[in-house]
Amino acid sequence: MSLPSLADRAIVLQAHAADWRAAVRLAGDALVDSGCTTAEYTEAMLRLVETHGPYIVIAPGLALAHARPGPEVRQDGLSVVTLAEPVEFGHAHNDPVSVVIGLAGVAADAHLSAVADLANAFNDSAAIQALARATNREDARAILEGRRVS
Amino acid sequence: MKIVAICGAGIGSSGILKVNAERVLQRLGVTATVVAADIDSVARVAADAQVILTSEEFVEAIGRTHADVVVVHNYFDTDELTQKLTDAVG
Repeated sequence: MSLPSLADRAIVLQAHAADWRAAVRLAGDALVDSGCTTAEYTEAMLRLVETHGPYIVIAPGLALAHARPGPEVRQDGLSVVTLAEPVEFGHAHNDPVSVVIGLAGVAADAHLSAVADLANAFNDSAAIQALARATNREDARAILEGRRVS
Repeated sequence: MKIVAICGAGIGSSGILKVNAERVLQRLGVTATVVAADIDSVARVAADAQVILTSEEFVEAIGRTHADVVVVHNYFDTDELTQKLTDAVG
């Protein structure tokens, strides 16, 4: 899949999360609300961090919440959550997190073209902070699609 | 040359690493195959690899290997990847 233009329900801006679990849950809920996953996928995303640690915080301020492809995934999709107050994931270098991207794919190869598009958007180092500051969905979409970073 | 990107699920974050490593290697003029894999399959997938790209969280689980284990902090920072891959493959 290439990055689909995100549905309104997949974009949650300036949300409030008490901790990293709540932040990942918001990204999971947005995937469920936009018809991409079942609630079980959200639990799988949480388990991945509980099992392996906060490695999903792959860049300063950004967590890529995801789990393996499986029956919990109804269709490929992304969600975006930005946090009004950043939360700590316990990562040695990239805390605190203010942007959580939820990623779901029905198959591993589908994931890969979506992450290539994500890489395109975020290889611009200003994009994460710009997304964290976005106050409307159109700005968030523009940043994710690499059309604008400030 | 074979390079393996390791994460917990073998997709997602290791996919980002794979995509950006391929971009950097192309710029460096290095011919290499980059494979994304999950930590449970590292012993098999990385058996013939020269370099393993991963996060600190997986270094202990990767354990003994003939490959250079390279820890990446910012998966989107192609400058960091360029420097670390240059050191590893140079």
